[in-house]
Amino acid sequence: MEAASATAPPPARRATRAGVRDLLSRYGLIAFLLLLPVYYGLQDLSDEGNLSRLGNNLFDGLSNGAIWALIALGYTLVYGIIELINFAHGDVFMIGSFVSFGLWGTLGLTLATGPLGLVVGLLITLIIAMVTCGALNVMIEKVAYRPLRNAPKLAPLITAVGFSFILQNVGILWLGGSPRSVPDLIKSQKELIEIAGISISQGDLLALAVTVPLVLLLTTFVTRSRIGKAMRATAQDPEAARLMGINVDTTISFTFLLGGLMAGAAGLIYALYQTTAWFFQGFTAGLIAFTAAVMGGIGNLQGAVLGGLIIGCIQQISDNRIGAQWTPAVVFGYLVVIMVFRPQGLLGEETREAG
Amino acid sequence: MSQLRALTQWRYFNRAATLALFALVALFPFTRPPLDGFMDDCILALAYVVMALGLNIVVGFAGLLDLGYVAFYAFGAYSIGWLASDHFSSINGEEGIHVFAGEFASSLPGIHLNFLFIIVAAVLICAVAGMLIGLPTLRLRGDYIAIVTLAFGEIIGRFAVNGDEITFAEGYKLTNGRQAISPTDQIDLPFFAEFDSAFNLRPYYWFVLALVALVLFVNFRLRDSRLGRAWVAIREDEVAAASMGVPLVKTKLLAYATGGAFGGISGAFLGSYFNSVQANVFQFGFSIFILAMIILGGVGSIWGVVIGAVALSFINTRLIPDVLNEVPSKIGLDFDLTQLSFGIFGFLIVLMMVLRPEGLLPERRHKMELTEGVGVDDAIVQVKQ
Repeated sequence: MEAASATAPPPARRATRAGVRDLLSRYGLIAFLLLLPVYYGLQDLSDEGNLSRLGNNLFDGLSNGAIWALIALGYTLVYGIIELINFAHGDVFMIGSFVSFGLWGTLGLTLATGPLGLVVGLLITLIIAMVTCGALNVMIEKVAYRPLRNAPKLAPLITAVGFSFILQNVGILWLGGSPRSVPDLIKSQKELIEIAGISISQGDLLALAVTVPLVLLLTTFVTRSRIGKAMRATAQDPEAARLMGINVDTTISFTFLLGGLMAGAAGLIYALYQTTAWFFQGFTAGLIAFTAAVMGGIGNLQGAVLGGLIIGCIQQISDNRIGAQWTPAVVFGYLVVIMVFRPQGLLGEETREAG
Repeated sequence: MSQLRALTQWRYFNRAATLALFALVALFPFTRPPLDGFMDDCILALAYVVMALGLNIVVGFAGLLDLGYVAFYAFGAYSIGWLASDHFSSINGEEGIHVFAGEFASSLPGIHLNFLFIIVAAVLICAVAGMLIGLPTLRLRGDYIAIVTLAFGEIIGRFAVNGDEITFAEGYKLTNGRQAISPTDQIDLPFFAEFDSAFNLRPYYWFVLALVALVLFVNFRLRDSRLGRAWVAIREDEVAAASMGVPLVKTKLLAYATGGAFGGISGAFLGSYFNSVQANVFQFGFSIFILAMIILGGVGSIWGVVIGAVALSFINTRLIPDVLNEVPSKIGLDFDLTQLSFGIFGFLIVLMMVLRPEGLLPERRHKMELTEGVGVDDAIVQVKQ
């Protein structure tokens, strides 16, 4: 806007300048993302002569990032369709973890359960956790966002923050105020195989085994199915979509349902992978996943997955090298830098909001 | 003509009522013992009023949703933690630096400045921090601003908690982390006896009341000034404001700076009143606590924000722990309601936003916007039939 009010250069020159800026910010962002891995990679090479520590970090980062990717999908779906940062989404994920933990008790899954029982039990848990979170997300939309759709845009954001606090306190009532360790059902740290110095544990395998099919399913669904088409239409222009006979309210609810399903799955994987559950996990996870969604380009499904994986790696490197207590600061630092210099992210297009 | 006279009369009446209210509030401590739990709550409430009025400038006047306001509380509190405690105890050969410090503080090592200097320092630090946090958000709008400010708030909170790992020049620690910088100096004003929160809370009460009066005065003057009108113009329509010649960058940065400065004043006061600077309180929840006060009272309405801050503060310090805490056990449930205070605030926020988005005591101009949908994105207006 400031550029427009200043002396406007001729259109052609302006276009090239914008092109250069776009190129700079895109490659600048990629360079910025590579900063940490390259720095520590060089350090490893000079200290130990191989890259296995960095490789381990990156691989753990990928399986960690798979969880963030699932949550980020929920942010990106919702933002794409109603341009709202669903602040309570991270806490829906937290509820997913809690539901899973509760169900293990009900189903009688313990460390002693045999492999067949474990697989069946976890599948049931996965489905129930997903459905619960999906329903919860739809309910939140109905109660907190739909009545405010005509209000100024900050109003639903504020109710979203309010709902996030409500869900956190539900978590406190449920499992208490401190982190609770949950049974390590799949022995997530047990090493399965080692390739070139990188150890792959059972937890990593599980995270990827659940995430990859879900993400593929979701993207196919959104691009191929009828209701996916309706979602994309509503995202482009709600009013025109309504004129074309699309039920916008149902479509929006459905989007929240999809986001909730993904969050529920992420909740189960998180509980299995990290073997803890805490009411506050959703807040941090939500912000990390939001960073991932912004990094990939908000509103873009592939971008959210890519961003999730990248932020997972960054987080893992920071946990391992800088110290876990600084990780939030590192991630938020990335968030601020991306927001300021490339709000449209790696794959996204310029949005009105970031204008 | 008679209308004009009625207006002036109304204005005089308003002023008289305000003065009478302040006189009543100022005389109130004489009805309580000098060291009293209720007085303690009142002091907290008034300190929160100062903070909420500061945030109201950013959120209410300029319409920039700031979710990282806790950063200014932290900066204010650390300005007293750094400049009026024995935190840097080995400075100046363990003799300390004292500038008009109180009698007791003058004998301690570390930096000890008079509280008036601390306030100036807090205002400066927070104004600069506000501008630095505001700078990156200038190009952004709406919820992106909220997220960037939130991220800054969290980063600063992280630095407060982990600051004991960061050392500079001869091993001075940045903060004391979770172990708190304690004790900080009591307030010691010229011409007054040194305050002592262990024996008499009245001086603190009057001091914070004076702060509230000052901040209120500044707020009213700012709102009716050229700058205040520019803020409201930006809030209502940024593009229109810019084309009418409102300098966006300067106006927005000034909003962040002034809002931050008030937060800093209150933070410095609380740092002295609590006698310690604890890193654990600088969390996102606190930003929401202050934001909830504004929403409860009415975004942009000065008196509304005062009411909201006092109400929410008393809900937090009195209603939840003392009155409502019995309720769960009476209906056969076993949990501690004080743990859930933020859930209650969250519920309150959602309820207010859905049922009465303009707040308890709405600002006239804002009310119009919220009910008639002026300035709403027209793509979304018609979605619902």
